[in-house]
Amino acid sequence: MMTKFLSRNRHTVQRIGFTAITMMVILTIIPIIATIVFILIKGGSAISWEFLSGFPHDGMRAGGILPAIIGTLYLTLGTAVFSVPLGIAAAIYLSEYAKDNQVTRIIRLAIINLAGIPSVVYGLFGLGLFVLFLNFGTSILAASLTLSIMTLPVIISTSEEALRAVPQSFRTVSISLGATRWQTISRIIIKEALPGILTGVILGLERAAGETAPILFTGAAFFLPRLPQSPFDATMALPYHLFVISTQVPEMPIQIQYGTALVLLVFVLSMNVIATVIRSRARARRQW
Amino acid sequence: MEKSLSWREFIITRLIQSSGYSAILFVALIFFFLLREGLPTLGEVDASSLFNFRWYPIESYFGILPLLSGSLIVTLGAALIAVPFGIGTAIYISEIAPRWMREILKPLVELLGGLPSVVLGFLGILVLSPFLRVFLDLPTGLTALTGSLLLGGIAVPTVVSVAEDALDSVPRAYREGAWALGATKWQTIWRVTLPAAKSGVLTAVMLGVGRAIGETMTVMMVTGNAPVLATGLGSLFSPVRTMTATIAAEMGEVANGSTHYHVLFFIGMVLFIISLVVNVIASSVVFRAKKRAERILS
Repeated sequence: MMTKFLSRNRHTVQRIGFTAITMMVILTIIPIIATIVFILIKGGSAISWEFLSGFPHDGMRAGGILPAIIGTLYLTLGTAVFSVPLGIAAAIYLSEYAKDNQVTRIIRLAIINLAGIPSVVYGLFGLGLFVLFLNFGTSILAASLTLSIMTLPVIISTSEEALRAVPQSFRTVSISLGATRWQTISRIIIKEALPGILTGVILGLERAAGETAPILFTGAAFFLPRLPQSPFDATMALPYHLFVISTQVPEMPIQIQYGTALVLLVFVLSMNVIATVIRSRARARRQW
Repeated sequence: MEKSLSWREFIITRLIQSSGYSAILFVALIFFFLLREGLPTLGEVDASSLFNFRWYPIESYFGILPLLSGSLIVTLGAALIAVPFGIGTAIYISEIAPRWMREILKPLVELLGGLPSVVLGFLGILVLSPFLRVFLDLPTGLTALTGSLLLGGIAVPTVVSVAEDALDSVPRAYREGAWALGATKWQTIWRVTLPAAKSGVLTAVMLGVGRAIGETMTVMMVTGNAPVLATGLGSLFSPVRTMTATIAAEMGEVANGSTHYHVLFFIGMVLFIISLVVNVIASSVVFRAKKRAERILS
């Protein structure tokens, strides 16, 4: 009886179903746009040259956030130094060398697991290995290494996908012309896969730039009166700074909080947009 | 010349191979260091007080049950939001939306995935929690529910992208067959496409839940951090404290090597094992589904 009813009114059912799903999508999308617009508007008025280029003073309740911006730049670059070569090499291994066997399956499982480990657990690991065991102290080096391992799975999986998308014929032709395997990879395959690899690298570093939990105990400093001088110094960082001024400092001017959130958001989202643009342009230009 | 070339080739191949293997090394290293710092807990705190209801480290009460229940309730709430909205959005993107809409929606959802969790926590403190306090007439807006709402948002992109992949990989012939038999688009989605993508959608749900359990900064900022045992869904409206937030909030203040320090690593170990189990199951679901598809095709 019920099915008969449903089947007679199946177009009504479809209309109701589509409406429900469209509502869900709208409810998902609106908060995203609202969040970004809200911070842009609220934070916009805090942005000034002094805010971007000055040091915090009066217990961080006034002045600028330069050390946090520079710190996040250092951490992002430090992360890139370790994770980009390692991640791309691992992707090359998986796409060009690895055979389909048990070991490869374990490697893939390990990558999936790395991607799933909570960020704060990375922080504990970084504290245990880099800060204490290897005695790097609370430093840019220790934080960058921790963030590198966290970003590896993103870089590996996106780069591998890009490498695999290069048609097999490119490899066959190059090898048949007498090139070695590495020559084929380094001069042909990587070049063709470059936009995809770049997208993965930027998305990975975006994650590193926005993360707080992994650097909490490995490299972040509450307040520093000067810029870090070496990789063994601790540093301020935008995400941690936002956390500090929105929870730990009483009577913090709201302006500075929104301004800091805006700078962090712009930093991270511009990386996201760049990655999206590179990807869609490469797709449009692709010949094969 | 020939010889140096083959030497270079050899060295490079080995370097690349060891980079590939490094992922295994890192997982092992992470587990090793969590064990190394976390296992001493079992010698210092006996099991009955570890699995107890009182978390009050200053007086050496290390009962982790309130933290476990806190993580569970916040994650459950997040899943209740992320699963329907994530799958709904995935269905819309993959099955219903016109092409131009898809091109807008996909990057937008990815954008949500890129928002730093600390920014969401910040907005949670300033906007969401005051709103909930007034709207639901609660004594405080910093509750498990606030955390669940934001965590739901954080888990949505994960669910969407994995579920959309799964729906996308259902062969077009399945849909065409259903349409040819006179099914509406909705019936096709509900009775053909979605069941065919079942395992991938399940993976999406699991990965989304895993993402929510592990999230740290947002929950630390908005759930009020009260280590009270959650007893039911009513606890959604009161402050809770999760495992991740406990580690993040307290690790900075403990002496290295103290019991408290070891217990925090022990909690990290529990989190690591949870994420390991979730991911192994999720990926084996995918592998099995792939094998079945291969069997069908051959």
